[in-house]
Formats: sequence, C-alpha cells, structure tokens
Amino acid sequence: MELATKTQNTDTMCKNTEHLSGAEILIRSLIEEQVDNIFGYTGGAIMPVYDALYDHQDELQHYQARHEQGATHAAQAYARISKKPGVCFTTSGPGATNVLTGLADAYLDSTPLVIITGQVPSGFLGSDAFQETNMIGLSMPVTKWNFQITKAEEIAEVMAKAFYIARSGRPGPVLIDITKDAQITTTDYKYKKCENVRSYQPMPDLDMSQVEAAAALINGAKKPLLLAGQGILLSGAEKELMEFVEKTQIPVACTLLGLSSFPTDHPLYTGMLGMHGNYGPNMNTNKCDVLIAVGMRFDDRVTGNTAKYAKQAKIVHIDIDRSEHNKNIKVDVPLLADAKQALSELNKLVSGAEKPEWMQSFKDYYQLEFDKVIKKQAYSDKEKINMAEVVRTVSEQTNGEAILCSDVGQNQMASARYYKFKKPNTQITSGGLGTMGFGLPAAIGAQIGDKDAKVVSISGDGGFQMTLQELAMIRQYNLPVKTIVLNNSFLGMVRQWQDLFFEQRFSCTKLDNPDFVKIVEGYGIQAKRVSKREDLDAAINEMLESPNAYFLEVVVETESNVLPMIAPGAAVSEMRLE
Amino acid sequence: MKEYTITVFSENNIGLLNEVTIVLSRRKINIESLTVSESEVKGVSRYTIVVYMDESKVENVVLQIEKIIGVFKAIYFEAEEIVHQEVALFKIANSDKLNGNLEALVRNHGAKILTVSPTFLVIERVGYKADNQELFHELEQYGVLQFARSGRVAVSTSQKDFTSYLKELAEAS
Repeated sequence: MELATKTQNTDTMCKNTEHLSGAEILIRSLIEEQVDNIFGYTGGAIMPVYDALYDHQDELQHYQARHEQGATHAAQAYARISKKPGVCFTTSGPGATNVLTGLADAYLDSTPLVIITGQVPSGFLGSDAFQETNMIGLSMPVTKWNFQITKAEEIAEVMAKAFYIARSGRPGPVLIDITKDAQITTTDYKYKKCENVRSYQPMPDLDMSQVEAAAALINGAKKPLLLAGQGILLSGAEKELMEFVEKTQIPVACTLLGLSSFPTDHPLYTGMLGMHGNYGPNMNTNKCDVLIAVGMRFDDRVTGNTAKYAKQAKIVHIDIDRSEHNKNIKVDVPLLADAKQALSELNKLVSGAEKPEWMQSFKDYYQLEFDKVIKKQAYSDKEKINMAEVVRTVSEQTNGEAILCSDVGQNQMASARYYKFKKPNTQITSGGLGTMGFGLPAAIGAQIGDKDAKVVSISGDGGFQMTLQELAMIRQYNLPVKTIVLNNSFLGMVRQWQDLFFEQRFSCTKLDNPDFVKIVEGYGIQAKRVSKREDLDAAINEMLESPNAYFLEVVVETESNVLPMIAPGAAVSEMRLE
Repeated sequence: MKEYTITVFSENNIGLLNEVTIVLSRRKINIESLTVSESEVKGVSRYTIVVYMDESKVENVVLQIEKIIGVFKAIYFEAEEIVHQEVALFKIANSDKLNGNLEALVRNHGAKILTVSPTFLVIERVGYKADNQELFHELEQYGVLQFARSGRVAVSTSQKDFTSYLKELAEAS
C-alpha cells in the first residue's frame, strides 16, 4: 500500500483522492461504512485483502472462524444484535461455496450481510481454474444483490452500493466477488456513500387511504389479534408496537423471529404462533375478527393449512416487501411500509377499549395448555430431565434478559416456548432455513455484537456437532459465551415426526455421540455434564455466574415430544395438545 | 393454466436475465418465448416473456421479478390486453418446383421475399405465431431448409404511457 502511495502521480490527482491498491480500497470502504468487526477465513484468492487488513488491525477486528459457514452465522447474529451489516471475508472456490448456507439463511430471515469472496484473476474466469467457482451464479438465488468486481476502479462504488442495499428496505445478504487482480491493481480512490439505486425503492410511499382503512377495521374490531414479526425488531418499532397495543388493547402473539419484540410478561401477550407455538393464539387465529400482521410473512410454519387460515377475519398486513402481500394469504388491507412507519401512522388514528371476554379466551386456552403440556414438560416429574425445564430454569435465572441463541429442532422450540423474553432483540435463531449448526456460531457473533451481554447458546447434540469447531473462536477471543447442549442422543425433531407420522420407524436418527465434555475441554473451555434434576439448578447457576466461557451438557429425556403441535396439513385451529 | 405475456423493464446489466428466469424456473414455469432488447429509453432493457401458468400465482411471480435490484417494473398481460407480433424467416431451396406457385403463396400470407439466390430464397413473415406456423406447413412441400422464429414482442392496449414513465425512472438516478 505504501509503495502504491509513493508511486502515485500527484499532478493528475484530484484533491481528496488517493492512489491505492484494490485491496486497500476495499478495507477503507469498510471503515467508511463504520464496519469494526469482520468474520472470515483466509485463502489464496483473498490474500491481498488480508494483507491490506494487516495495516488496519486497530480499526478492524477480524474474527477467525474455523469454517466459513461458522463465519457467516456469526456475522448474521452480529448483524441482528449490533444492527449493522455483518461482514465476512472468504477465499474463492470451497471457501466461497461454504458461505452459501449462511447466505440462504440470511436471505430467508432478512439479515443484512456483506460477504466478500476472493476470486481467481479475471483472465482465468470461466476456465475452470484452480479454486474457481461461479459465485455469482451460485449465490444469485440466495442474495438480495450480488456483483463481481474485476477492476480496482469499481470497488469503492460497488462497496457503497452493497452496504446501502444490504441494510435498506427489507434487509438481506449481498455477495461481492472480487478477482485477485482487482485486489492488486492500483487506482484513484475517493469514497462516496450510496444513497440511491434507481431501480430500487427501499422505502415506498405509504398509501394513507390504506392506513385509514386499516384503522377503521382495527377500531371496529371486537376480537382482534396482532401478529408480531421480526419486522418490528428490524425497523426498531418496539415502542410503536407498545403504544399501538396499549391504545387499542389488542392481544399480541409473536412469530418465532418476532419473539422478544414484545415483553412476555405484558398482560396483552398471548404467546407464540405456529406449529409448536402456544395453543391460545393459534386457536384464536381462526376466531378473531381482525388480524393485524406486522412485519411477518405468513410462513407455512405459522399458517398451517392456508385454505383454513383465518377465513373469518379481515386481515391487515404491514410489510415493506410488496411481493409478500397476498403471497401466501390473501389480505384485505396491505400496508406497504416498515413496521415503525406503519405503526406510527396507525397510532394517530386508533383506539379501543379492553376486551375482557376475548382476553379470557386466551387465558382459558393457556390453562388447558398448562395442564396438558407445560406442567408435564417444564415441571416434569419423570426420572429424566425434560429440555423444557432446562430452558425454564435458564429463563428464571437470567430473568429472561440474556440473549438466547438457539439451534434448530426440539431444542429451538423448547427455547422459544419456555424462555420468557423481556428485552427487545434478545432472541437469535434460524427461522426460515432451519439451519442445524446455526446456534453456536450465532452465539459467538451475538457476544461480539454486545460485549457486555450475557449470551446463552442452546443446541441439541445433532446441531452442536455440525459447527462445534467454532468453540475455537470462543477460546481464541476469550468470549464468555455460555453453551448448553441438550443431549437426547437423537435427532429429536425428526424422531418426533417418526414417532407421530412414520409408525415409530426411527430411521437414522439415533446418534452415538462422543464425550462432549472432553471435546470442549480440549478447546480449553470449562465444561460440565448434568443428568440429575437435583443438580440442574446449581449447574445452570454456576454456568451463568462464570465470568468466562462455559459449556454445560444436560442429558435429557429421549422420548419427549414438543407439544402442542399443528400436524402438517392441519389448520391452526386443529392444534393438538397431546 | 393460462397464457400470460410478462413485460419487464430493467437495467442493461450482466446477469439480470438470469435473475429474472430464476424466479420462473424455481416454480417450474417454462418460458414459451423470450425477447430482450433495448427499450425506447437508452440503457433500459425491455423483456417480453410468454408463459403458461396458474392464474393465482402470476401476480406473485411478477412482484418477485420486480423485487430484483436492477428491475424497474414488471407487468403481466392477458391476450386481449396486448398487440403482439413475431417475425418468421423461411429459407427455401430454389428449384423448378417453385414455378410461380410460391409467389401466390407469399402474397396470400402477407409475407415477403427478402433474398433470392440461384440456390435458395428467404421469405419473411411478420404476424401471429399460428399464422407463421401455417405458412411453414404450406412451404414444406417445396423443402424448407431453415425456419427461424423470433419470440413475441408486444405493446399494451392500455393508456399507460411507458415512454415518459421510463424516462422518469431513468432520470431519477
């Protein structure tokens, strides 16, 4: 870089313009975009960028993952916690293909990422050169935008555009593929932030007549229900939601990714929606007269059978992505805006009285669910520990204020059901893609995103083994992440489906696991195993009180199924309690 | 299943066509015909895509195309909402068999002869796909050496003024 600076032609240089290598320009672009943490894994085709990073270690902290997938999941959680795009570096070929799962996950869950993949020199493109893969073609279906840079002159402008697109509108992942020659070549550099892309409208104009129509429906509703999705967290609309709910006295149910957008101890909170959500909000979805869906997309895990979904209700749908309106569910009043804007406008027009009978129906359903499910699972009296009671204990001991990163499967549903979220943006999980192995690297990214937070990762024994190599990051960067593995020696959720829908033919779901405590100790992290109920409270307390990283394996009951459940193809109101 | 003509206006960028077709192929919608060229506004491409698909999904598909960064606008039309044409070129071997019969055939079909050489001649017809196909069948007796058909191009019958709309979009940069 220094060499490049020295050889610059000062006569022809504009004021405020510098002559730098592509790699240096890339690094400076990141600094311009207020990036301070990067996740990644080096390799041949990205070496010039890593070399440029060497001079900027005081401004940019790089976190070395042990697999590029781990880097992307860490970056996703970092993005959700820090509210800034997550940034990853990887090399070409296998390094680049390893980010595809993270991209797909971030695309489905609207997480802003800027992934920078190295690429073979431009002269080799298309020739099947060593470690060449067509990353633009491969990532196209799972990115909000992607671009291949082949010239150093393109870098500053493309990077500005990448960050603008990743974070604006409905956020999403962007992949920038940059050839090695573009990293090495020198050119003039001047950074200009991107404020507009002419074919892209991130904040469309909200139609005020539609806002009035929505307010009229809401004000006239006798049995309304509000569905709170991740759009509330993404747009930072927690206060607007609270104001809306308190003005209208409308009960709230959260989607999986909407959890923590509304406090679980609020009297109008009724629980989680969907396949393994709470009984009341699911049953009452098919009884309400007005459904107000805020920043959610009527995923099939929420709706069950769409032909039998809320047919009696008028539906108001707030979403910033126009292609989500009427995609899965036909709606009566679509509001094209983010949750914050739409709720702010609605708050000027809405009001409503308490609805005691309607609220009582949620309480009655909860009592049924408590007697038939919650009591048996979260307060189990069986010999073996139930995963629900582990989550309940963590929830009680943290007062529901820790950041909870769950993996996928039964552990995820137990986490979502039994953790009582009190603070906004304290849940990180893989919603749309359901990526096993997400939880541990996500906890790492979350901890980096909020150094002072208590971060708890809850995984199953299956998912933990998909990315456990990232324990090395916890050790290397001294991150006080608390990791719980709920070990039932099975792929529990698939086992549950085999139990319920495949005549108990447990095909390939039993796991013969290694000694997790030994493995974790090998990474230099304190580790413990509990299998008796009487030891559970103290073990969780010891873990939470530790100032360092801590790993707790809890041996849990194998035969337990996550209930209640909406069977595939069933309506939300056909949810079964046993 | 119904025939729809989808018109897309986009930037003239590498890879955009691929992004548009991914929206269709992931839902297993086949492209019956596709034409891409520069629109009336410099730098803005116009696609005309003909598909057969389920009525309930066409709006979703078009909105998913419009969501692509680089796409200005995507609109779908039913048959009665557009005026459309395609071009067909027929290369016929030049021989005694033609014998003046061809001239009448060409005239009756509203086609024209573009080139005549000692060994072959090239006929052009602009019109509907079915009529071009009919001419092909009638020419077969003379030996068709090559038959090439363009995709559909279409303009809408509605009052919407795309030219000024596109100019506004392009100037908004």
